[in-house]
Amino acid sequence: MPEIFLNLAIIITKIVFFTFLVVLPLVPLSVYFERRFSAVIQDRVGPNRVGIPLTLLGMKKDFHFFGLVQPIADGLKLFLKEDFTPEHVRKAFYWMAPALTVVPALITVCVVPFGSSVSLFGHTEKLVIADIDIGPLFIFSVASLSVYGITLAGWASNSKFPFIGGVRSTAQMISYEIALGLSIIPVLLYYGDLNLSRIVQQQADHGWLLLPLWKNGTLSLPDLNTALFLIPAAIAFLIFTISIFAETNRMPFDLPECETELVGGYHTEYSSMKFAMFFMGEYAAMVIGSALIVTLFLGGWSIGFGLDAIVAKWEIFGVGIAGLIHLGCFLTKLLIFILFFILVRWTVPRFRYDQLMKLGWVVFFEAALLNVFLAALIIAAPQLTAAIIGIGAVLLVAITLAVIWVAKVSDDTVRPIPA
Amino acid sequence: MSDTLSATVETKLPKDLAAEKGMVNVQIDGIWHQFPKGTRMIEACRQAEIIVPHYCYHPKLSSPGNCRMCLVQMGMPPRPAPGQEPTRDEAGYESIGWMPRPVIACANTVSENMGIRTSGELVEKCREGVMEFLLINHPLDCPICDQAGECRLQEQSVQHGRGVSRFVEQKVKKPKNVDIGPRIRLDDERCIMCSRCIRFMDEVAGDSVLGFTQRGTHTTLTVHPGKLLDSNYSLNTADICPVGALTSNDFRFQMRVWFLKETPTIDVNCGTGTNITVWTRGNEIHRITPRLNNEVNSAWMPDSHRLNFHYIDGPKRLTEPLTRSARGHVATTWRDALAQISQKIKATDRSALAIIGSARMTNEELFLLRALASEIGSGELALVPRFGDADDLLIAADRNPNSMGAKLVLDLSDPYAALDQIRAGVENGSIRGLLVFGEDLISDAGFSSESLEKLDFMVQTTLLANATADLATWVLPSAAFAEKRGSMVNLSGRLQRLNRAIELPGSARDDWELIRDLILSISGEANEVHMIEDVFKAMAENLTVFKGLTLSKIGHQGVPIAETGYQIPLLNKESARRSAGLIS
Amino acid sequence: MAVIKLQRPKLSIGEKLYLGALVKGFFLTLGHAIKTLRGKSIGADTLASSGLGVTMQFPEQRWDDHMPEYYRGAPALVTDEQGRERCVSCQLCEFICPPKAIKITPSEIPAGDRWAKVEKRPLEFDIDMIRCIYCGMCEEVCPEQAIYLRKDYLITGLKRADMVHDKKKLYEIGGMRVGLVNKWNELK
Repeated sequence: MPEIFLNLAIIITKIVFFTFLVVLPLVPLSVYFERRFSAVIQDRVGPNRVGIPLTLLGMKKDFHFFGLVQPIADGLKLFLKEDFTPEHVRKAFYWMAPALTVVPALITVCVVPFGSSVSLFGHTEKLVIADIDIGPLFIFSVASLSVYGITLAGWASNSKFPFIGGVRSTAQMISYEIALGLSIIPVLLYYGDLNLSRIVQQQADHGWLLLPLWKNGTLSLPDLNTALFLIPAAIAFLIFTISIFAETNRMPFDLPECETELVGGYHTEYSSMKFAMFFMGEYAAMVIGSALIVTLFLGGWSIGFGLDAIVAKWEIFGVGIAGLIHLGCFLTKLLIFILFFILVRWTVPRFRYDQLMKLGWVVFFEAALLNVFLAALIIAAPQLTAAIIGIGAVLLVAITLAVIWVAKVSDDTVRPIPA
Repeated sequence: MSDTLSATVETKLPKDLAAEKGMVNVQIDGIWHQFPKGTRMIEACRQAEIIVPHYCYHPKLSSPGNCRMCLVQMGMPPRPAPGQEPTRDEAGYESIGWMPRPVIACANTVSENMGIRTSGELVEKCREGVMEFLLINHPLDCPICDQAGECRLQEQSVQHGRGVSRFVEQKVKKPKNVDIGPRIRLDDERCIMCSRCIRFMDEVAGDSVLGFTQRGTHTTLTVHPGKLLDSNYSLNTADICPVGALTSNDFRFQMRVWFLKETPTIDVNCGTGTNITVWTRGNEIHRITPRLNNEVNSAWMPDSHRLNFHYIDGPKRLTEPLTRSARGHVATTWRDALAQISQKIKATDRSALAIIGSARMTNEELFLLRALASEIGSGELALVPRFGDADDLLIAADRNPNSMGAKLVLDLSDPYAALDQIRAGVENGSIRGLLVFGEDLISDAGFSSESLEKLDFMVQTTLLANATADLATWVLPSAAFAEKRGSMVNLSGRLQRLNRAIELPGSARDDWELIRDLILSISGEANEVHMIEDVFKAMAENLTVFKGLTLSKIGHQGVPIAETGYQIPLLNKESARRSAGLIS
Repeated sequence: MAVIKLQRPKLSIGEKLYLGALVKGFFLTLGHAIKTLRGKSIGADTLASSGLGVTMQFPEQRWDDHMPEYYRGAPALVTDEQGRERCVSCQLCEFICPPKAIKITPSEIPAGDRWAKVEKRPLEFDIDMIRCIYCGMCEEVCPEQAIYLRKDYLITGLKRADMVHDKKKLYEIGGMRVGLVNKWNELK
């Protein structure tokens, strides 16, 4: 009986810790980084004022701290704004939609391995809320629910621009989910596992997917097969990353909320905390997307270079702190990737909608599909005879060329108008 | 070629063809036209769609030719030597010998084979010179002057002037801001001595009070000693003044004219139905000016009618439907008011009901009033007469604007007849309910407040708060003449149109909608009359006088629909002046 | 209508893949960021930067010394050297004002007034600074040189009503301006 209570307490602690103390604070933090980083890119200063107003307490100087308190002020402002519900909306759905975008993003947190494990009083606990064996699938299935939030927001607003935004987002997210799902199949083939913790452990032991420079804890060059697998892995990484951009409605794929065309897109009619929920949902999705990329391709919490095994033995006062070090490593990687997200946003201009759809359906879908076969061929190569490998390679090249040819021919080029 | 020439010579010459019709051939800027004999050159040019610039000339006044702005070049065929045939061109017109000096177009009449040039170096130089002389002493106070924006001097100095002044001496100082009458202010520095105002007062208003004193550049317009410009037509002088010398006290410094929107409509102060233009900005009327209609008011209107519009947004204006309660009148909604009124009407015996309308209502409103009477089933329907003194120009004795229309629409030879009967019925108590449309019974129809207090209920539609409305059970705010559309028939039987210049204030309602809603709430039927056009259409179907007409067919000049024998005195005087040759 | 056919640029496969340009773009933006952080942004000196980017830190640093001669700030009414108001309420500025920010109520100067010769002056002169777009058309159109765009740019208020500058406020901002104006010119 106490065993169950203990487990329950541990699970609740994990949920509270990871969801509310790790991921949720990352949202305002990434908003802050977004604003500061974009300012710096554009020769500006960005929010640098909001701090702790010590002068109000009679001290000589305010404590600015680079304006890090800005997100709190923003949140406070959004809380205090008038929560306005227009007369013409479909109320139930209108109120439900913001929640539907935030909740899925936060649920997906539960399968992300934040670190290896912490041992306390001889009890070892993995730093993941739910260590289930269907990690990526769980994330995909739950994350795709957030499209309902956006679609419902667009539809329930009962207004033109939100509606167009909602429809755009539906089409976009459904299109890119295919590329997203197909692109990680090679990765999963390689790992032969769907448990994210074990995938990360494997990377810690045998080198990250994109950096296989050590084996069993010692630095060494990868064997031929692993080296060859870098090709499909790189393709998968590219497609997966770009699709995550599209899934999270980030620049350059933020057409559902494209200001120049749609005012505010699906959240035009929202204000106050309801708007803030969409905002949070978007950034939470970005955080989770980055976490997934880091986990699958960049070694997750692993420090790499064979250091994980050494760190795993460290203890302070009988407490295994490897998990905490790994947690820090994971968050650092995550933050770097979020900064990459921001860099992309302020570098690449927005796509046109037809270009977006073409990229999803004509390029990524085919490329991801072919990539699956390529990866399969490389993984299966050691067990096959040279002849079969050759036939497979030729077939693959032929199909690839055929696909490129079909894409080129079917391309909707401007034909000269007959005189 | 010779064939055609001989053929032309054999057929009649153009001068003979024109003479058969009493016309003459005139070449204006190279094109031949035909005009009646005796037409002034400036009028001939206007008919040929060429405007000759002018200041002193006014088609309704005599032409002294003193501004010299309308100078044109004139030519006549050279007089042939004895025995010599005049040379003719292919079309049979004689060649024109152009005179080396210009003539004024306003005081000369056209003659056979005359040539007029309204452009060219000579004419343009002359205009430029005249403009420069006119501007020598004219103050440069356009930013202050009320005429700016509709000033002929401004317009024509842009079109024909030099653009810069060569005059470096001191300008002549003259009296400014002179109080010459109760409604008119004079600024002598701005006056360009066109004498339009003097001629208007002499010839049209018949009250010679204005004249010039001094000579040369010191010529000064002034009133005769001991007199004032206090004629009831004095504001017309401000209209015809081409510059800002005469301005209206009422409109002075109120609003610049370029902000104002012009709405053509008609005056409702008497049976003449003077054509007017209402000048508005936003929802405010700023001034009213007469509009040219040669069949009604020529180009003039009386001051008393012109200035009678300030009540529209005055403090007494009602904007909300009111119902009477223990603590006086309180605001209610149209829905409640109409429902209660129809309930009350249905509950009252028909013979105890009476309707009093107004001959200030439009034909459409009277037509609906008739429908209301038949819906209620009450035979008692009367209008309130309103008579005053006629002047011998434009003001008619009948001060109701639509008494002729009331006779036609209500099909009554005397729509005022039943009023005495109703008054008696109210006094002896046989009438229990009264519907009053747009009239103040106590001040205008001889009702006593004691008798009105005896009524079970009284419904009053009105613009302004008055003694009768104080006693009414329901007071319904209605529309002023500038706020509604509709048609009226003037005393000479001319159907004319009212146009909406401003929107109704508050929740006041157009009278015809109000009567329609009252009919519908009594009958309980669905509404099928959505526009005033629908009402006119129904009227045209039911009444033969309006057959074939629509509101838009009435136009801005109106159409004659009945012979009444009434003649407007001002028009008679004008035609007398025309036959005397004073005007063309 | 003339039809001009533009040839799309021929791109090599590498350019079509778009990745090279993308990476180049990343380095460009990143380079900018680093420049900004080092306080080396282009134009930072001339714009009196605070040290980060080209931005001035507003309440502490002011733009005032750098304000060019042609700077267009809040429109205001001016008086002449004898304190007489120049405006005659001709309403040309009200007419020309593109966002309809100006509202003038004209009035007559009473006959007993010392400057009664001019006859007309504004009774009320309101400029709605929420609407004003600082275009300077009022200044350009004024025949009496009575309205000028001054260099005031800190136009703030807590209510909409605070943002409507009335006649008093406009003269307060405007101050005095020297020079003969038409309405006082005896020759005109």
